[in-house]
Amino acid sequence: MKSFLNWLDSRTGCKKLLHEALYEKVPGGARWRYVWGSTLTFALAVQFITGLFLWLAYNPSSQTAWESVYYIQNHMTGGAWLRGIHHFTAQAMNILLVLHLMQVVIDGAYKAPREVNFWFGFLLLLLVLALSLTGYLLPWDQKGFWATKVATNIVAITPFIGPELQKLIIGGADYGHHTLSRFFALHAGFLPGMIVVLLAGHIYLFRRHGLTVKEPRRGADTTFWPDQVLKDAVACLAVLATVLFLVIAGHGAELGGPADPTEPYSAARPEWYFLFLFQFLKYFPGGTEVWGAIVIPTLLLIVMCLMPFFGKWRLGHRFNIWFLGAMFGGVALLTVLAMNDDRRNPSYRVAKEAADREAERVKVLAAAHGIPTSGAVNLVREDPFVQGPKLFARNCASCHRYGGHDGLGLTVKDPQSAADLKGFASREWIERLLDPAHIASSNYFGGTKFATGKMVRFVKKEVAAYTPQQKEQLRKVIVALSAEAKLKSQLASDAKDASEIAAGRELIKGDINCTECHAFGKPDEEATGPDLTGYGSREWLISFLSNPAHPKFYGKRNDRMPRFADEKILDTKAIGLIADWLREDWYEPPTTASAAH
Amino acid sequence: MREMEPTENEGRRDFLKKACAACIGGAVMIPPLAAGVAVLLDPVRKKAGAGDFVQVGFLSALPEDGTPRKFTVLTTREDAWNKMTNVPVGAVYLRRLAADKVEALNVACPHAGCFVDFVQDRNSYLCPCHNSTFAVDGKINDPKSPAARGMDALETQIRNGNEVWVKFQNFLAGEAEKIPA
Repeated sequence: MKSFLNWLDSRTGCKKLLHEALYEKVPGGARWRYVWGSTLTFALAVQFITGLFLWLAYNPSSQTAWESVYYIQNHMTGGAWLRGIHHFTAQAMNILLVLHLMQVVIDGAYKAPREVNFWFGFLLLLLVLALSLTGYLLPWDQKGFWATKVATNIVAITPFIGPELQKLIIGGADYGHHTLSRFFALHAGFLPGMIVVLLAGHIYLFRRHGLTVKEPRRGADTTFWPDQVLKDAVACLAVLATVLFLVIAGHGAELGGPADPTEPYSAARPEWYFLFLFQFLKYFPGGTEVWGAIVIPTLLLIVMCLMPFFGKWRLGHRFNIWFLGAMFGGVALLTVLAMNDDRRNPSYRVAKEAADREAERVKVLAAAHGIPTSGAVNLVREDPFVQGPKLFARNCASCHRYGGHDGLGLTVKDPQSAADLKGFASREWIERLLDPAHIASSNYFGGTKFATGKMVRFVKKEVAAYTPQQKEQLRKVIVALSAEAKLKSQLASDAKDASEIAAGRELIKGDINCTECHAFGKPDEEATGPDLTGYGSREWLISFLSNPAHPKFYGKRNDRMPRFADEKILDTKAIGLIADWLREDWYEPPTTASAAH
Repeated sequence: MREMEPTENEGRRDFLKKACAACIGGAVMIPPLAAGVAVLLDPVRKKAGAGDFVQVGFLSALPEDGTPRKFTVLTTREDAWNKMTNVPVGAVYLRRLAADKVEALNVACPHAGCFVDFVQDRNSYLCPCHNSTFAVDGKINDPKSPAARGMDALETQIRNGNEVWVKFQNFLAGEAEKIPA
């Protein structure tokens, strides 16, 4: 062994190199404040390792980026850990960068003769921020997609070269195949390569000029190994522990729903360390964004670059410290303001909740059906559970409600002028419809012109005066009518109550006599109310939504409800999605209990 | 003696410091490496499907004289996150043995997995990669062929009188035995 080492040393000089690396002088003794550079190097090493392994499984294209990340996260051994460590170490790096920079400036380590090394560090800072920005897009989820889109749109307002620069970055006029290819090449190739070169220079220059020690020295001189290495290692351990804690607490890194360029996402926010810029832009009225997005940040960066020169002046060093302190204070303030704004904004909250629901949902669908080659976004687009509330909020909620809200959870400003459709056609829903106390409420006909119509009059006069025996008959009618809908949630009770349903069907035509105004079981041209045959079923609901003014529904008496298909407001697919959602008919994963049977 | 003590202590403390520095410094690299290696090794865990019966063609399409014909096998395929139905996963040669009897051979050469051609003139199979030759029944023709076994016969069934169903499977190349891949 020893002879091999001697041979190696004679050929490479590695012993001297190692000795130089380890026995660097630490004047005044090892100190905790020197650890930041080492923790950053450690974090960078972690990013290189985890990044390379992620590369083994990542696939940069708009049909496969989200999908491969989903697969890493949910189907590969250790994948959630790998991605989690990469994700949270990236965040830790941004904090460590600030600490390192502050320490360097406070200790005066940026002043002559260390100006060049300060600039190396400054460039490294920008490169790490660029890595954060490019990495945010790679999972191609809604959050990353829309947030990065904002960032690249800001690039377009750069004076003179903006639009060209933007095209250069996103690989074309719009987001597409080359956007991901470019971002990935930047994130995994160009930027890390530049970082390696700059970091080598940074460390070389640091060794050349040595540590900047504050006088008077606190203790006896020592060497890097083992005193400072021990402190550095402990600090790295603390960084790692924090990262692992965040991975566990956050169940790995977040993965939103797959990016959908046709589905605007109002909860799009940059990652928290860029929130300050996001907030800053809010204060610049239209046409002046270039000041907030480009001019002011560039000026601040130029001042930072010039700090080594200011440091030579009297009070210059103090100015630098105050300047940095004020800048980071401002960043922190803007970040807090941005978070507060969002916390107080109900539509942000709703969009965020919808996004979280969608992200969970797409996992369920992918696990159940596999992902089509056209991409996971198609699973989402065809899912009533996800699309129903959005379509309802957009097309129905100006008159109708769903459980009191717009389907997504937001309160609607316009007064409610049509029925609340949550639980539509279920036994409970019909029971309340036929209840004198509820039929004329705004949750049923109250807001419509039918508030004084025949049906309301019938319920308020005749049903209100029903004898107990008639009430029992009405109960059977409700059960029978609700069974027409064949709701998934009622399949079991419908099967159980088959005899009541049969009796109820007779009563609809007989004693309770719904057929006086409604068709039931067979077409009835005399009917004035909506057809009750298959009431609430998928087919019934689709044809109702398509044209409520059809003679078999409201005919000419139709209130303000649009003929969604006939007026080409919605296509058949969208109408089907609304119908499925109102009927609560969407894919449900088997529960663990039923899977065990 | 009094002068020896501090040096000994110092030496011990120094050793402890070095040991701690080395251990912690090494330990912090373990979690990222371990997660990475786990992902690297993930494919080893994956097992090939057992092979299902798939309809590949019709009996009536096979020549009476026993000349093999090539058919593409279409079935459901899972590729990492994608699930695709009715996509090509391979091909088989079907040969009529009797009025209601069919033999199926996987087109993949048992030597290295190239697609084997059927040469009509010689009524035998030739692998275009390394020149293995196989008789029309799939057995090795020329003992000097690089293939270690004959072409892989697959289980067949005739359903509903005319449909040819094959239990499609691939086997490890280069082995003398048929080992499901």
